[in-house]
Amino acid sequence: MADSNDLWHSLNQFTPARIAQGRAGMSQTTRNSLEFQLAHALARDAVNIPLDFVQLEQRINTLGYTTLTLQTQAENQRMYLQRPDLGRLLSESAVRCLQQYPNIQTDAVVVVADGLSSKAIEQHAVPFLNLLLPELQAKAYQLPPVCLIKHGRVAIGDAVADHYAARLCIVLIGERPGLSSPDSMGVYFTYKAKSGISTDADRNCISNIHNNGLSYDLALKKLLFLLNESEKC
Amino acid sequence: MYKAYIAKLSYDFKTLRNLLAKATPPRSGDYLAGVAAANNLERVAAQWVLADVPLKQFLNEALVPYEQDEVTRLIIDEHDSVAFAPVSHLTVGDFRDWLLSEHTTTEVLTSIAAGLTPEMVAAVSKIMRIQDLILVAKKCRVITRFRGTIGLENRLSTRLQPNHPTDNPAGVAASLLDGLLYGCGDAVIGINPASDNLEATSRLLYMLNDVIDRYAIPTQSCVLAHVTTTLKAIEQGAPVDLVFQSIAGTQKANDSFGINLNILHEAHLAALELKRGSLFDNGMGNNCMYFETGQGSALSANAHQGLDQQTCEARAYAVARKFKPLLVNTVVGFIGPEYLYDGKQIIRAGLEDHFCGKLLGLPMGCDVCYTNHAEADQDDMDMLLTQFAVAGGTFIMGIPGADDVMLNYQSTSFHDALYVRQVLGLRPAPEFEHWLQQHGIFNADNQLMAQRELPALFKPALQKLTGGGNG
Repeated sequence: MADSNDLWHSLNQFTPARIAQGRAGMSQTTRNSLEFQLAHALARDAVNIPLDFVQLEQRINTLGYTTLTLQTQAENQRMYLQRPDLGRLLSESAVRCLQQYPNIQTDAVVVVADGLSSKAIEQHAVPFLNLLLPELQAKAYQLPPVCLIKHGRVAIGDAVADHYAARLCIVLIGERPGLSSPDSMGVYFTYKAKSGISTDADRNCISNIHNNGLSYDLALKKLLFLLNESEKC
Repeated sequence: MYKAYIAKLSYDFKTLRNLLAKATPPRSGDYLAGVAAANNLERVAAQWVLADVPLKQFLNEALVPYEQDEVTRLIIDEHDSVAFAPVSHLTVGDFRDWLLSEHTTTEVLTSIAAGLTPEMVAAVSKIMRIQDLILVAKKCRVITRFRGTIGLENRLSTRLQPNHPTDNPAGVAASLLDGLLYGCGDAVIGINPASDNLEATSRLLYMLNDVIDRYAIPTQSCVLAHVTTTLKAIEQGAPVDLVFQSIAGTQKANDSFGINLNILHEAHLAALELKRGSLFDNGMGNNCMYFETGQGSALSANAHQGLDQQTCEARAYAVARKFKPLLVNTVVGFIGPEYLYDGKQIIRAGLEDHFCGKLLGLPMGCDVCYTNHAEADQDDMDMLLTQFAVAGGTFIMGIPGADDVMLNYQSTSFHDALYVRQVLGLRPAPEFEHWLQQHGIFNADNQLMAQRELPALFKPALQKLTGGGNG
């Protein structure tokens, strides 16, 4: 397959945009068409291939932390995509499961939700938790098990924080995949989260965590800054 | 009043608002809002009832109360009963037949536009198939002007959208140059700024002005910042061609966008005063607004007021037409699958929006687009693109390789525009076409010229950007 031969291809150094692609007739070349399909396939798979929660639990347990896997009221992926409201509510069985655990006084909840990219969580959640959880423990925070949520939206963290009466709510979630970033993770921090009351405006978002985006270290630094600022109030 | 007995079941839809929602072809946003028909039979029953509703009823029964909503007041207060007269005796069903009639010509449609309300055209669209939406829209002709003429017969314009994740000037310039060399940009060169602030907006405005000026391109620029940001830029003397704003079909939704009719009026006057359009027939090219809309935007702001999303969208066009825009763009697939689930829903929504906008007298473009969590792909976009162009769509987007690296969604590429112009024999706006041919980008048949070297016009720019020679 031929490469792009547009005379201005040197402009590629200035932008990640798909410029100077060349053409077949006046249409896209085979190479460019397939490159696009490849990127789209990765993004689609990140949305649609379910996260392996068993494996995720094991990996977090191996780090020495307990976990609890819960589901939202969005019963399947199709429903999850069409009904964001259901992805913000815990299923009946999840509520029962939580009630079995003592409602101890806690400071912070850490929630991991698949969101719109299972790939993002598979790649980035465990290494990020490995940096984050020791920091929280060093602050002598009381932490319940890390809650792993199937078909969750960001606001599902509020429901978990409610249950544990936790002051601090941290949610790791797979972000909507772009063509160039199928595995981007977001971290949301909400202070005094309240289910049904907290809005997007109450949340602090640290976005774009992936290999070519924001690094774990920098994301953690931002998160701890936000957390410390909230605790000063 | 809105009752039916059909297939041994009786239905009572109670209000016009409810009837319209139940009659709407299925889409996820209406299920999310809880206003959609429960099943196919209820939907068809609603369509039967709707077909018998007199058009006059839409002037008597406001879908959102007149006292509460300035969009309703705009629709009712500015209704032109003289223009409405030729169709005032029709029901929604008869109106569909009338629209399809060969006697209903372009001239007739133009003459009744001011007599139609958004709710009337939304209603009739709900009982039309895709071929009906295409056939009628194609008969409409809406011509607008700034530095070029948009919307002439057998023309399809493009918005060049050279977005960059950080508004980096060289990055924007690279995509801009690429687009121009692929013949894109006659509708507008429009950038979505990564950050909506006065400084970034002004910087981009001066940059675009410089390019358009230096190369004498018969087009116009727009930085798609909030209208209040653009107003400040105008106050500071920045070169603003088109004022942009996202708009919606209820006052409450517009509130959530931080706008109202007064703010838009103020912005419209400020842009007119700059007189930056060209002279046409001794008058100014004075269409200087650019609006974007999209089904579901009101619901996403929790401001749909019980309306279905398509009716709500059509009401946004009443807001648009008040300010005589150069361009209106329905950004159909950007909003995500909770509003438009898949390719089928996106395609129909795009064609409905185009039909409704054109019938109301608007220069309708379509951002033929999707996100990666929607059940859609390039084939779906090709279908909407082709059908939209067959329907006489006014303009589409042009984005390098169809991949917007700032907004993270997929739209149409420069190549897509060339494809659809090629298969349907469509041309760019005449002034821009002349410019493309004059500078050796297009040949006399509007095909891209084989480039053995860069057109002379652009050599200095490329050298400046890359700091040296280039092949």
